[in-house]
Amino acid sequence: MGNFEPVIVAFCCNYCAYTAADMAGSMRHCYPPNVKIVKVPCTGKVDVKHIMLALRKGADGVYVAGCLEGDCHFKNGNNKAALRVARVKKILDEIGIEKERVEMVTMSAGMGKDFARIAVEITEKIRKLGPNPVKNISAGQSKLATG
Amino acid sequence: MKTESKLEKVLASGQLAVTSECGPPRGARPEKVREKTEMLKGCVDAINVTDNQTAMVRMSSFAACIIIKQMGLDPILQMVSRDRNRLAMQSDIIGAYAHGINTMLCLSGDHTHFGDHPMAVSVYDIDSVQAIQMVKKMRDEGKFQGGGDIDTPPKMFIGAAANPFADPFELRVARLAKKVNAGVDFIQTQCIYNLDKFEIWMKGVCDRGLDKKVSILAGITPMKSVGMAKYMKNRVPGMDVPDELIKRMAGVPKEKQPEEGIKIAVESIERLKEVKGVAGFHIMAIEWEQKVRELVERAGLLPRPQL
Amino acid sequence: MIVAEQKPIEEIMEYISPYNRILLVGCNECVTVCAAGGRKEVGILSSALQMAFMKEGKTLEVKEITLERQCDPEYVEELVTHIDQAEVVLSMACGCGVQEIARRFSAKLVFPALNTKFMGASERQGVWAERCQGCGDCILGLTGGICPVARCSKRLLNGPCGGSTGGNCEISKDVDCVWNIIWERLKSLGMEDRYEEVMTAKDWRPSWHGGPRKIIREDLAE
Repeated sequence: MGNFEPVIVAFCCNYCAYTAADMAGSMRHCYPPNVKIVKVPCTGKVDVKHIMLALRKGADGVYVAGCLEGDCHFKNGNNKAALRVARVKKILDEIGIEKERVEMVTMSAGMGKDFARIAVEITEKIRKLGPNPVKNISAGQSKLATG
Repeated sequence: MKTESKLEKVLASGQLAVTSECGPPRGARPEKVREKTEMLKGCVDAINVTDNQTAMVRMSSFAACIIIKQMGLDPILQMVSRDRNRLAMQSDIIGAYAHGINTMLCLSGDHTHFGDHPMAVSVYDIDSVQAIQMVKKMRDEGKFQGGGDIDTPPKMFIGAAANPFADPFELRVARLAKKVNAGVDFIQTQCIYNLDKFEIWMKGVCDRGLDKKVSILAGITPMKSVGMAKYMKNRVPGMDVPDELIKRMAGVPKEKQPEEGIKIAVESIERLKEVKGVAGFHIMAIEWEQKVRELVERAGLLPRPQL
Repeated sequence: MIVAEQKPIEEIMEYISPYNRILLVGCNECVTVCAAGGRKEVGILSSALQMAFMKEGKTLEVKEITLERQCDPEYVEELVTHIDQAEVVLSMACGCGVQEIARRFSAKLVFPALNTKFMGASERQGVWAERCQGCGDCILGLTGGICPVARCSKRLLNGPCGGSTGGNCEISKDVDCVWNIIWERLKSLGMEDRYEEVMTAKDWRPSWHGGPRKIIREDLAE
């Protein structure tokens, strides 16, 4: 467990968190390589299904990073995302997996430093939680074709 | 006379009628029914026997009515449409009449949600208005609800409830009119605490001449304590307890509150006696039957007519 | 539409835990619209169940299929090519869909993943409410287009009862008193007189009480 490096998927809104990540880079604010960014046009596009799939495929943590309250470019995509994250937490609870593995966070495009800080915080939190309990099995799991 | 009912006779004589009620025990204890009945002897014309009130299982109204009948008093069979379909209702009505029970009250009943069997089916094959129609058809046409002939029809004096305080208020006279159209003979109202509102309702009733077609008994429940008053106000659906009344109860020491409750009830009766259309009183002294005699006496309603 | 909601995963797990190859079948009709058993929900439940198995050190193979209409034999037939690969079927349709699969595949166990709740309408995004009980003899023409059979807790045809308070039903502040709604509607239509007509006892034979129902259309039946 000592050398456990969590894999964390961050669904980042193009208008805020993704730009903030860019800024973090240009401002030389380091954030852990554990965080794998998936750029989305709006966090309102991130569904329960996507978060669940990331976890099933072995991600140790997932977070959705959207715009600050009231700043969504599509009105309320960030609020929808927050509700979906809450739904995922509920499902994780039902199947006995730590719901702390998923989070919703918000920031603006200019908050490069905060992006880095949040990435560190979440990585450390997941590191403490340990590996996603489905991880090793999911790697070897073969799935029938979906129709 | 439509029936042999004592209540019908008292009402026909033009005197104010007095009824009270007996909630049957939650167990096979006939002595409990007798105890409560004994307290009401000589101070009321008839005794309502509740039917699984508040949707809690109790001794059946039918069985408790027989016990009261055996004591020589006049029970009123309450029947809710929550627990029985029309077959069961009609068979109980015939059965009750066969035991000399000739007065009944048609109700829809509190929802099972409130009781000790919230998981039970709520039957509601018919509603209270349709139950009135059914009992009337049995009595006047000698026919079952399904159309078949009854060999010796039950001659029931038919009652129903009215709540002048439920919403929408503007519909409350119209709903009574519906029960009158269905053929109800007498009405017992919900407990009256807001007398002003009751008088407005009663005026609407009289303006339409409904008081000529149905005898209305005003519902009275003496309050034991300020706690009970608050409970009635906040927790019982469709109950209207004015704040002044709660203040008045709260204004006297706890040990004097029962007396204050009786006083309020006596004052209410005195005032309601003067209201056009009030044909009598229905006293629901919930688990306080021992106070009915005193209340009736202080309200000047004794002695009861011997008919 | 028919409105349903997913059973607790724990209950679904009790059904399927002895197996490790299942066919998870959604439906494109009502349960898609009420977000209980459409393609998306099939995907979510599939992931959740697989994760629940993996957590126990087991594996679960899930074949996901969402049929156009699970209550229709024509579409259920599409399962023929997949049914043999699965030990059991888990259906995310309403009870009608579950039973159609059971009827078509006599040798295959089928479990329900949903609880079928009611026939209803969408009140707003994410909120559905009961509107019809399929009593088989519609009285909406007499009640201003609002149904007391489905929407009055006591099914009163001559309501409201004495428990109606501030537009709410006596059983809960979250339930509308339908007779209050009917009355408001009759008023706005200028049909207050209609209220005082006594509605006589309903014949429940056209409803379920006459036994399970069936419609045979001579002009269509083969």
